[in-house]
Amino acid sequence: MPAGPHQLDGHRIAARLGAALPGVVMRATDEWVEVAPERVQEALRWLRDAEEFDAAQLSNLTAVDRHTHFEVVYHLQSLDLNQQVVVKAIVADHEAPSLPSAYPVYKGALLQEREVYDLMGIRFADHPDMRRLFLWEGFPGHPLRKDFLGIGHGQTSGLQRFPNEDLADRDRMMNAGNLTSQEMPREAGGSMASGGH
Amino acid sequence: MTTVNEPYVLNIGPQHPSTHGVFRLRVVMDGEVIRDLDMIVGYLHRSMEKLAEERTYTQNIPFTDRADYLAAMSNNLGVCLAVERLAGVEVPERASYLRVIFAELQRIASHAMANGTLVSDAGAWQTPLLYMFREREKILDLFEMTCGARLTTNYMRIGGVAFDPPPEFWSALQELLDEMPTRIDEYASLVVDSEIFLARTRNVGVISAADAINGSLVGPALRGSGVPWDLRKAEPYCVYDRMNFEVPVGRHGDVYDRFMVRLEETRQSVEIIKQAVAQIPDGPHKTDIPLALRPPPGEVYGRVEGPRGELGFYVVSDGTPAPYRFHIRAPSLINLSLLREMAVGVSLPDAVVALGSLDIVVGDIDR
Repeated sequence: MPAGPHQLDGHRIAARLGAALPGVVMRATDEWVEVAPERVQEALRWLRDAEEFDAAQLSNLTAVDRHTHFEVVYHLQSLDLNQQVVVKAIVADHEAPSLPSAYPVYKGALLQEREVYDLMGIRFADHPDMRRLFLWEGFPGHPLRKDFLGIGHGQTSGLQRFPNEDLADRDRMMNAGNLTSQEMPREAGGSMASGGH
Repeated sequence: MTTVNEPYVLNIGPQHPSTHGVFRLRVVMDGEVIRDLDMIVGYLHRSMEKLAEERTYTQNIPFTDRADYLAAMSNNLGVCLAVERLAGVEVPERASYLRVIFAELQRIASHAMANGTLVSDAGAWQTPLLYMFREREKILDLFEMTCGARLTTNYMRIGGVAFDPPPEFWSALQELLDEMPTRIDEYASLVVDSEIFLARTRNVGVISAADAINGSLVGPALRGSGVPWDLRKAEPYCVYDRMNFEVPVGRHGDVYDRFMVRLEETRQSVEIIKQAVAQIPDGPHKTDIPLALRPPPGEVYGRVEGPRGELGFYVVSDGTPAPYRFHIRAPSLINLSLLREMAVGVSLPDAVVALGSLDIVVGDIDR
């Protein structure tokens, strides 16, 4: 399974977190626990200070655009207990997304939240320095959003974006039994994208 | 007579004073003391994460070379391990050993660069740097011998490595391993006993262990503060669980400790490579995977201990041949979280050394 070797079961975190802070847990899976977006700071602080979890370090903070909403993902790490806790928060407002900052709990969120704001456009309330990080002030839009290049709603950017490609044909070529990435028959010459000549 | 000190703004960069890349600091100075600091990055932003969403998983490996261009092997390894876990691809044992050998060679090369430029930041203009480049050059030759490239190696593949090293690689590697310990002693004698170097680095840029953890510092920046956290020990990947090595840590969390941690890690890397060379089995160096690899829908956060610390790849799959989301957790960027706190109140030359000791690579910051 994709879960990391020392990643804790989301159900277990949810049970303890939910008991300590009623109403904070929205959903739990084997891999992560989803918390109420407006209480994310509170939940992170509890996980950091709880002896059982000891999530002392915010190792990674990022966001995923799901077309209708954003998912903000926190990978927390306990260095003493060597275990990983994954927390998610759903930002429902796709037009003007905002979420409480993790900075008061983890100073390591300073630049990571600026990066998320720059590329995804999610504002973090209480962040001491909510400016763009890589792009300049005035840059139009937030490029990691799925609709950034004017792709219609419901469509995914990605390989399907190339409109003239015959998808079924390409998939057949790519998945043909004995064709593997490292041993493409060169004499078949460029048949991969165009469907063969 | 009275003098009036007015704060003034000083721009450092976009060229970093010692060629770390295109990185700009805007500092507010009061005499020689820094009152405020703002870093301006993004000059090398190539939107790798967006580009990744339009390419297959294998097509994304060469991008990672260009993220942290001083540690291409480690980046290759990180993305391959993440995607392999997501897609459930098995890696042949020989490939895992080759990955360890190349990742550790890369660590030696990268630490040589980091320590060389740090010493150069501290005022020892170029001589120690070029001594350290001598061995780095030999490592790059080994890379070239194996995969044809020196910096942007693109060597790892999902399911193994691209090529088995040629026969002459092993003798050249042995030669390097034999002379490395003496060379490391030589670097140490050049720098570590120098009174000037000690004066420039001791008790400069001090980060406490608690701050380092809370500020998400990783790698030598975290271990320099005395926290023995190394993913090769904590979450062994490839065959690190079969290797016998130490995790060096500092005591004071100053620039000197971070320098020494890197120097000691170089020694440990030599030991790891020796063990890997002794243990490496024969066999295939890659498994074949479908050209359009379609990992099942799901997500993975794969990470390795790169030369700069935890290098993570958060990959979300929606079942198509291209990742739905591809995030690189860049240690160079996140290690800068405490830069402002480190720099405010100290003199400008000390801040430059403190920045150098964090070992940033601007390609990794900006991606």
